[in-house]
Amino acid sequence: MSVKVSMKVNGKPVSAELEERTLLVTFIRENLRLTGTHVGCDTAQCGACTVHMNGRAIKSCSIVAMQAEGADILTIEGVAHADGTLHPMQAAFKENHGLQCGFCTPGMVMNALDFAKSHPSPTEQEVRESLEGNLCRCTGYHNIVKSIMAGARAMAAAK
Amino acid sequence: MTTSLIGARVARKEDYRFLTGSGQYTDDVAFPGQTYAAFVRSPHAHAALRSVKIDKAKRAPGVLAVYTGADLAAAKVGGLPCGWLITDVNGQPMKEPPYPALAQGKVRHVGERVAVVIAESAAQARDAAELVDVDYQPLPVVASATKARKGPALHEIAPDNTCYVWALGDKNAVDAAFAKAAHVTKLEFVNNRLVPNAIEPRSVNATYSRADESYTLYVASQNPHVERLLMTAFVLGLPENKVRVVAPDVGGGFGSKIYLYAEDVVCTWAAKQLARPVKWTADRSEAFVSDAHGRDHVTTAELALGSEGNFLAMRVRTTANLGAYLSTFASCVPTILYATLLAGQYTTPAIFCEVTAVFTNTTPVDAYRGAGRPEATYVVERLVETAAREMKIDPAELRKRNFIRKFPYQTPVALQYDTGNYDATLEAAMKIGDVAGFRDRREQSQRRGKLRGLGYACYIEACGIAPSNVAGALGARAGLYEAGEIRVHPTGTVTVFTGSHAHGQGHETTFAQVVADRLGLSMEQVDIVHGDTSKVLFGMGTYGSRSIAVGGTAIVKALDKVVAKGKKIAAHLLEASEGDIEYERGVFKVAGTDKKKTFGEVAFAAYVPHNYPLDKLEPGLNENAFYDPANFTFPAGSYVCEVEVDRETGAAQIVAFTAVDDFGKVINPMIVEGQVHGGLAQGIGQALTENCAYDDTGQLVSGSLADYCIPRATDLPLFKIDTRETPCTHNPLGVKGCGEAGAIGAPAAVMNAITDALGVKDVPMPATAQNLWRAMTRA
Repeated sequence: MSVKVSMKVNGKPVSAELEERTLLVTFIRENLRLTGTHVGCDTAQCGACTVHMNGRAIKSCSIVAMQAEGADILTIEGVAHADGTLHPMQAAFKENHGLQCGFCTPGMVMNALDFAKSHPSPTEQEVRESLEGNLCRCTGYHNIVKSIMAGARAMAAAK
Repeated sequence: MTTSLIGARVARKEDYRFLTGSGQYTDDVAFPGQTYAAFVRSPHAHAALRSVKIDKAKRAPGVLAVYTGADLAAAKVGGLPCGWLITDVNGQPMKEPPYPALAQGKVRHVGERVAVVIAESAAQARDAAELVDVDYQPLPVVASATKARKGPALHEIAPDNTCYVWALGDKNAVDAAFAKAAHVTKLEFVNNRLVPNAIEPRSVNATYSRADESYTLYVASQNPHVERLLMTAFVLGLPENKVRVVAPDVGGGFGSKIYLYAEDVVCTWAAKQLARPVKWTADRSEAFVSDAHGRDHVTTAELALGSEGNFLAMRVRTTANLGAYLSTFASCVPTILYATLLAGQYTTPAIFCEVTAVFTNTTPVDAYRGAGRPEATYVVERLVETAAREMKIDPAELRKRNFIRKFPYQTPVALQYDTGNYDATLEAAMKIGDVAGFRDRREQSQRRGKLRGLGYACYIEACGIAPSNVAGALGARAGLYEAGEIRVHPTGTVTVFTGSHAHGQGHETTFAQVVADRLGLSMEQVDIVHGDTSKVLFGMGTYGSRSIAVGGTAIVKALDKVVAKGKKIAAHLLEASEGDIEYERGVFKVAGTDKKKTFGEVAFAAYVPHNYPLDKLEPGLNENAFYDPANFTFPAGSYVCEVEVDRETGAAQIVAFTAVDDFGKVINPMIVEGQVHGGLAQGIGQALTENCAYDDTGQLVSGSLADYCIPRATDLPLFKIDTRETPCTHNPLGVKGCGEAGAIGAPAAVMNAITDALGVKDVPMPATAQNLWRAMTRA
């Protein structure tokens, strides 16, 4: 059985005929070819697939695409400014060496963007707790924590 | 440019693409006509295959083909080779059982590949894989190293499941030293099995072109040329010139992506059968049962000491679990990369180590970050700390009494350390970690109901792998040099090709710093290319913290050739003799004059040779070099860990961790610190949270990220790290390598801290709340 699914992704209306069981992440990666959203596990632990749905960070491996019918989806490809300039959170990751292999990075950034909205000046402990659903195997989180603390402050300052 | 780029904290060139989602990992690659593979895997740890029925699967929607071991055998597809021959104590070669890409008659571990289904979509392939009907006849199972020798035989060639018994060192001298020791410290422990768990799962996408009978393989690999060599020369018998291997962006490796895997072979072979691109990407559950695991040693270790705490001898017996088959470098890990490191930082005059390597019904074990060296460090540093406590000598003081201080130093276990300063790193770590204030902190913790402990680890590792002749004499079936090429463009910008693949280490930045610094260029004028056999001349790849020491040196050697040719060109342009040309960071000068030519002017002249010594010199400026290291490099360092253990729950928290490392010269401290952070996290993971557990039936009971705990952000502290520097004496950059240090030193430091906190001799890794609560209840 297939079903027609329509939503907005990075500001652009998109629609497709999909098998009902198609995961949102599969739709994003395979149909839209937005491959910045990654799949790192099959048990919703790693958070590499994190995107925003209607402004909230969600794991796109954990819902089927049709649950996002009519939703506003933001992926990592839609975060930087139109001229290519990095968003302050992305810039903070670069300045603080908050990434190594880059695979968990899109999920980290998407999660951090949502977290920073409610935490303009987070403590180290708050940031660590916010990463409960995002795994990184390269950085020991040290520089990710620093990146998110700096990025959140930069976002607050830019308001 | 006046300031040096060497030692500068340059932001990474690779970050923009990763931060914007424009990296390209293997699973991101899709070709026209793409097909998808799904593997049928054994649910049994040991079973005979009575039959494999594929008819139903073949008829399922979208299915293009189903292949079994019989198809591969008929096509004469070879088994997966092992790259290192170990010779046993009796002078016999190790037992090398066949390792078929798809099972032949028998399966020997859960997750072993029985068949592959290829379909138009990934979902269709998976659906159809469920329809393959395999009739298994279960066989008796042995899953643990200690039971292997008396367990049911996995392979005809090794009836006692023993791959080899191997030894290093002077047993008689060791026994004699133990006989007259004032004190002997003995420990028995397990170095727990780990699953590497790079966050990007393994992935492969193979294409075949009938037009020119060529293959292109995209694969998440740490060493594309090695992958190609193994696949073409040993398994598929393809002409090497017809196979291109691309390892694009790779999402972490930690050893697990060194090896040639069966999935790579099967997809490549199938791409030709179907003349369509075939892609397979592991899901995490598959990764747990099919990626090579790490560690899994059972060890008895003894240290003999004189009355003043001087080390007299060390005796180590280890049983190493290799899993069901020999993975690519499995055999050298518990031998060459392990026993040779047992001198540590100390002058122990006599060391003997015997290793029994066994087959069991578990996933194959191979090199995982550190590979043998974490296991060796754990032996040495747990023994030393325990001996100090038993002899009531301060653990730092005991170490200092035994430090090597004269270099070069020949150990009794084959290695010759070129340089080091172990006092410097230990003293710095004690100062930064405020060891002097520990007593007060311990009391404060006590008042909060917590047990606080402090532990050291002073590790050494052998990196910069490896002098090919030495490795060859020890059984390596490959050379271990590295290759690099400097392609100078007519307008003076540079593309550098390196055989050192980067999958998080930041080579595109670090290597560019080396080149830009030497040529007086900006970072933007230098690009690093790696990971494609059609672009890079050759390469042995990235593992063993070898990239800067071996790959970086190959680049420097090629740079030297560029500069040498540049001098000839400059001499012509400046009408001077070649011997009078001096070169410094991008400027060729006639000595003692102000006559000069920039690097860009010389490059331009090389490609527009109107005024050029064409009778003596070829035009162009493009040089390559192969570098085979003269020795290993020996990074070393001192770690101080403080833990708090909750008396009520047994939960341990790392409250402070100080690491002071000596990596020789540091090119980019920001990147080096990041490597240390990551290594520490994996070492702490081994000590506190990670355990790959099999039950007696060979079922993996920690087979997902919900069961196997890789550290979360809340499990780790902010690390205090610093470096001290004794430059490597035998490579031009003075570099040693930094990728594995944290994973090597951390487990012993953490467990020394935990046993200190609890006041017990030993606790098994991982020191989970449950394990510690049990230890406290017993104590």
